[in-house]
Amino acid sequence: MTDNEVLLQAIDVVKHFAVRRRGPHVRAVDGVSLTVHSGETVGLVGETGCGKSTLARCIARLYELSSGRVVFEGRDITRLSRRRLAPVRRNLQMIFQDPYGSLNPRRRVGSIIGDPLAIHDVADGRDRRRRVQELMELVGLNPEHYNRYPAEFSGGQRQRIGVARAVALRPRLIVCDEPVSALDVSIQAQIINLLDDLKDQLGIAYVFISHDLSVVRHVSDRVAVMYLGQIVETAAAEDLYARPRHPYTVALLSATPVADPDLADRRTPILLTGDVPSPVDPPSGCRFHPRCPKARERCRIEAPALESRTPGEDTHLTACHFPVHDPAELMAS
Amino acid sequence: MSTVPLETVAADAVPAIEGRAPLRLAMDRLRRDRVAIACAVVILLLVVTALAAPLIAHLTGHDPTTQYRDTGLTPAGLPVGPNRQFWFGTDNLGRDVFIRVVYGTRISLLVGVVSTVLAIVAGVVVGVTAGYFQGAVDTVLARFMDVVLSLPFLLFAIALVAVAGPSIVVSVCVIAFFSFAAVGRIVRGQTLSIREREYIEAARSLGASDLRIMAVDVVPNLIAPVIVYTTLLIPTAIVFEATLSFLGMGVVPPTPTWGNMLSDSLQYYQVAWWFILFPGLALLITTLAFNLLGDSVRDALDPSTFTSASVKSRS
Ligand SMILES: Nc1ncnc2c1ncn2[C@@H]1O[C@H](COP(=O)(O)OP(=O)(O)OP(=O)(O)O)[C@@H](O)[C@H]1O
Ligand code: SF4
Ligand SMILES: [Mg+2]
Repeated sequence: MTDNEVLLQAIDVVKHFAVRRRGPHVRAVDGVSLTVHSGETVGLVGETGCGKSTLARCIARLYELSSGRVVFEGRDITRLSRRRLAPVRRNLQMIFQDPYGSLNPRRRVGSIIGDPLAIHDVADGRDRRRRVQELMELVGLNPEHYNRYPAEFSGGQRQRIGVARAVALRPRLIVCDEPVSALDVSIQAQIINLLDDLKDQLGIAYVFISHDLSVVRHVSDRVAVMYLGQIVETAAAEDLYARPRHPYTVALLSATPVADPDLADRRTPILLTGDVPSPVDPPSGCRFHPRCPKARERCRIEAPALESRTPGEDTHLTACHFPVHDPAELMAS
Repeated sequence: MSTVPLETVAADAVPAIEGRAPLRLAMDRLRRDRVAIACAVVILLLVVTALAAPLIAHLTGHDPTTQYRDTGLTPAGLPVGPNRQFWFGTDNLGRDVFIRVVYGTRISLLVGVVSTVLAIVAGVVVGVTAGYFQGAVDTVLARFMDVVLSLPFLLFAIALVAVAGPSIVVSVCVIAFFSFAAVGRIVRGQTLSIREREYIEAARSLGASDLRIMAVDVVPNLIAPVIVYTTLLIPTAIVFEATLSFLGMGVVPPTPTWGNMLSDSLQYYQVAWWFILFPGLALLITTLAFNLLGDSVRDALDPSTFTSASVKSRS
């Protein structure tokens, strides 16, 4: 399902927000590199406030980067003007978290879903209407509801509207910023299945953001775990879930419920002590050290690089001086 | 989608009031509002009167500017009171007050509506531009609107008319100019909050241009305040026009307007009450009808002021 063509490369992306004119910046994203191959789903996981949405908006070029580069389809789009960017957007779309906020309440869904077709002059008039209704069918909406307003749909249906809008131009990459977090659990599965189907049908690649590791598990080929504006671990999905190396990933995994009762018995949640530090003034060295059960002196001083920590695991990168090899060692402490 | 989660239902209930075909809901409320219905009927009659003015003149056989010196003036040269021939009496020149009031409706509605439309269009364009682009554009436009709002408008209006010379076009422009800033400020405030909505960001992620976002995503969300402002601006503009005409700065005589009729009547009201009463009444009824309708429209569009109590007191 994954061919090896590199579709998107985020290189050392930094996004700082100036809260006040002078004074400290919020270091929302602080040096993130991420690669997405065509047809691949990359899960991006982390607690609230770790910078997932900011990274998503940097990748989709809704934000100007503070530094770093975004390369899409082999082309550096970091500094493209909005006009130059418009054609790029045909292949680079976004789905938003809030199915209420992301649809204009004063517009009919047919017109909302037809927006990308109108903006890029793809289809007009009856042709557009026909294509929009095909899209509605594709995402499991009743095409007869073409003239309804967003408020006449449930949350899950609205997210389908957002999905239809995002796939209208058959993009090669969709950045999904927590597409199911606002939805009820039973409906989450429906939307995830829909996205999965579309991926198979249309060969779309996703950056799939969630704060929930178990949501990302089913859809992702690769997973990146984010903490305080940085990626702390990334690996192929099975690898990451089977052999988490970073203490933070281990802690996150231990806290997510598992269906398998045997596994659940063996795992006691590792409680992370303390709050997430502020991204305005992140901790020195390893940013996780104030909360890390394995932290030592070195962690406070020296920031660990994101690199392979185990021989033979070239694609499993961990930013930790003392990677975990047996999760039990953490639970004991 | 059979299991709709509780949260979804609760969240659905909120935008339903303003989101689901908002105008249709407002229309339903208006239809149950007797004051609004009565005002709408009055306004409709006024419009019909204005449109049919030549026909009415033809039926009565009277002209708005003809001076009926034989039948319309007493031997002493004073206005004649209401009678079968002159329903509302005559004025100091022996002209038919009824026909003049009928023709005055045309000027009042024309100036009221046209200057309001101009003010709304200018207010929306300036307000949306300022609120959407923010920054320097916003600073300049917002300051400009503040200045317009703080001008003693009547004084400036008179000065402007004195320079440009009185005419209906000048009246319309002056009224529109001094009304647009209030609209612009409201629209700017609304735009500032609309532009932070996620659907604006979604439009950007689709590659929409600023112009398209403003036209397609911002303006439709301004319909409610614009409708309310339209109904409230029209009576203000009508009074504004009457004031200019009253001061001799509006429509040039002998074209009848309620304002210049009131102005002419001032010297005669002790001997000819009808001369001042009928144009005054016409002005009062018109502005009252628009104002009350405007209040009803605002209540109907704004769910927060829509309580069962207000429904009961109205119906
Ligand atoms: N426009 C902004 N101005 C200032 N600070 C911001 C802005 N946007 C985000 N931040 C801050 O940057 C940090 C990262 O925010 P972001 O929304 O990217 O996190 P997130 O991982 O998406 O969280 P969530 O799971 O809550 O969506 C937060 O501390 C947030 O307060
Ligand atoms: S580097 Fe140190 S503090 Fe950071 S995760 Fe590894 S062990 Fe914990
Ligand atoms: Mg977010």
